Parts: sequence; C-alpha cells; structure tokens
Amino acid sequence: MTSASPQPESSSSDSDLPWPSRVSWPPVRRALSFGLLALALLFLVRTAQSQESPYIVAYDHYLEEPGSLEVEYFSTFGTQRGGNDFHAFWAEFEYGATAWWTTELYLDGQTTFNDSTIFTGFRWENRFRLLQREHFINPVLYIEYEQTSGADKILKEVEGHDVEEDYSDPNALARYDHDHEIETKLLLSKTFKGWNIAQNTIATKNVSPGEPWEFGYAIGASRPLALKASAKRCSFCRENFIAGIEMYGGLGDRHSFGLHDTSHYLAPVIAWYLPSDWTLRLSPGFGLNDNSHRFLLRWGVSREFSGFGSAISRLFGGRS
Amino acid sequence: MTLRCSAIVLVLTLAMATAQTNSASKDNSIYGELSKAPAKAAARRNPLEADPEAVAAGGKLFARHCAECHGDTADGGKKGPSLRAAEVQQATPGSLFWLLTNGVVRRGMPVWSKLPEPQRWQLVSFIKSLTPASQSDPNVEKAPHP
Repeated sequence: MTSASPQPESSSSDSDLPWPSRVSWPPVRRALSFGLLALALLFLVRTAQSQESPYIVAYDHYLEEPGSLEVEYFSTFGTQRGGNDFHAFWAEFEYGATAWWTTELYLDGQTTFNDSTIFTGFRWENRFRLLQREHFINPVLYIEYEQTSGADKILKEVEGHDVEEDYSDPNALARYDHDHEIETKLLLSKTFKGWNIAQNTIATKNVSPGEPWEFGYAIGASRPLALKASAKRCSFCRENFIAGIEMYGGLGDRHSFGLHDTSHYLAPVIAWYLPSDWTLRLSPGFGLNDNSHRFLLRWGVSREFSGFGSAISRLFGGRS
Repeated sequence: MTLRCSAIVLVLTLAMATAQTNSASKDNSIYGELSKAPAKAAARRNPLEADPEAVAAGGKLFARHCAECHGDTADGGKKGPSLRAAEVQQATPGSLFWLLTNGVVRRGMPVWSKLPEPQRWQLVSFIKSLTPASQSDPNVEKAPHP
C-alpha cells in the first residue's frame, strides 16, 4: 500500500516530545486555514438539499449540481488486531464545476488510541460524466491524486493487498511513509424502480518508481424507503431515508491479481435527509476475512450550499 | 510541497467557480430540448394526474431541488429558465418527465433520475399546475410558493 521512504529524525527527535507536541501542526494549521476560508465563503450562499447517495465508499453516477458546494465530514472507527483501535476522519469539499464534472478536495486525519492525532494528507478527486443522457448503464470516469502518509486510515477505498496488518504501525513510524498515488475508477451505475445499483472498478498507481498498479472494487445497492414524496414538510417521512448495502475490497496488483492477501468488507448503509438541509449517514462495516478489520463504524454529516460558484464569481467581479 | 499543492487546488477551484456560466436563463433555445423527447416518452401520461397530493408534494420537491436555479416562483433564476413559459406549459407531461430524467447536461441541467420515478411525476404535476407566464398578471399573486 505504501512506499516506505523513512526520513531521518531531526536532531531533537519528535518522538521524544510529549503529545500533543508530536502532532504535525503546520499541515494542520494549513488545513484549518483552508477550512476557515471555505466556511467564510459559505456565509455568502444559501443551503439546498439534493438527493445524495447513501454510500460511503461506493459511487453512483450522480454528480454534484453545478455551482453547488457540498461540505461533508466523515468518521471511521476501526478495530485493530495487533495494535490500537483508531478513529480516522476526513473533510470533503465537493463542488459541481459543471453538470458533467465534479471536483472534490479531501483533508484526512486520524487518532490512534494510546498514540497520537495526526493530519495524514489530502486528495483531489475529479469525476467526469461520459454520456449526456441516461442510459441502461451510466459510466463516470474518476481520477484522483492523493498525497497521504502511511498513517492514513480513512479506508475510503480498499485496493491491492491492503490488509489489517498494514495499519498496526505506530503513528510515529507510519507518518514517514509517503503515498503519491494516481487513482482511477470506472463508476457504473443504474437506477431502476427506485433501486440504485453501482459498481466501481479501481486501478491505482503509486507514482514512486517500482510500485505496481493495484486493483480493487466497490459495489452498492440502495433504495429510498418510500418512492413518493409526502405533501408536508417532515423529518421522519420514509422518503427521507435511503437504505442500502455496499461491499468493497482489494483485487491484488499487476504481479499477483486475485483475492489472496486481500481484505473485503460488507457494510449496510443508511442516509437520513433532514428538512433543515443536513444529511446524516451511518454505516457499520464488517470484515469478511482474516485480513480485514473486524469492524468499521462509519458516520458522516453533510450540507449542500447552492450558488457557491456564483458567490465566488461575484467576489472576483464576475456576473452573478 | 503540501502547501504548494493545496494552493494549486485552491486556485483551480476558484478559477472553475469564476468560470461558471449563467447563460441558460437568458437563452430561449433551451426550451427546444423538450422537443427532443422520443415520441414514446413524450406520449407517456402522468400516473399521478389524479393524485390530489401530487401538486403539493411536487411543490415541496421543487423548493428542495429546483428553486435554486429556476427561481422560488419558477419564473426563472440565475441559471434556469422560467417554467411558466408557454414552451414548458404546452409540453406534454411525458416530455417534461423525460427532460427531468435526462437533464440537459451540456447546458448545466443535471439528470434527476436520482429522484424516484413517482417523485419526478409529482414534480411534473407541480410544473403543470403553474400559471403560464402569458396569463399571469404581475399584480396577482402567483402560484403559492411551496
């Protein structure tokens, strides 16, 4: 999963310092600054609600509405055999650049219990809708660049020979492994009679020399609990809930394609759309073999801000 | 390195945002998209035509998903054209349903097949219930806001 490139410790070793001095503050400060800027801009726009996918790992073929920004926060609690359990978290800023292109920035971090809390990197994701209209199967091309440390544990995708043991190193060691990866996915999805079926094929290349292409998959199925909307504004109407299930895992790499030494997960998902424009998601995930974390509990909260693009445009003197 | 990459990401995002175009609301040719519905799709009848709650439910869905672009009263907004225009009001329910389902992706209208089929028909019911622009009197209150 990671390309180990151990860095020499500085003369005053970080690991000698008590926590939280060991926390990697400069990247955290930069992430916070970016977050504060984004939050300030959000005051200029109004909220909206779109029917978001309930999936946390799999993707369907629906993109963000043009000009809208969705701000999301997700958490993953994971059990770890041979190490400390962890709580990984990430913020997502998902922007609909056009009706056929969505771009997204992720900022990742994690807390390993009895260890430390660190910022683990960023990802820049782009999704491109390939066909203008709806078809029997709808393809979307996904391209992501990620720059993360070996301590990243958000498990947003599982690929190659990612196994539970990879996540057992203490943060002080794992943070010095660096991943610079290009990740591509072909997202195929279909919605029929309220059911959405999504299938994602993943191919990832660590740009470090000598690293092979790695492969993975994610599949999902989901359906709203009610297909008709009620006439009244309500929080607990069945139409506000979408339930589903997703499964994801690795498929080895170019040299050893297949299921051996790979991990796989099965995770029910449920999303709740609140009339106040917030969306909540919850997903308990279960490892399907001995290479997988036994249990992953994920939850997330998101809110969409429409008109974000116009607000930025006005800020720079453009037309509103 | 991380700082540099973050700055690049921020600049690109701002550039894209600034490049947002808002021409759809001013361009009447967008209504021509309705005529592209295949005959079979255009001929479909609204199965919720007789549902007394369909218009109200559609109004709720409109406020949630459509008002940002088409305006709170469906008169047209920053990005979307008026839905009270004659071209829309004279279109068959099947054509409106087809357009909702497929969007006009290259012109900025997303596909709405993510909404279950009954909800798309509820939206069609609401759109067809709007007072057409040619008949609306500015001094008379427009169709109630959902």
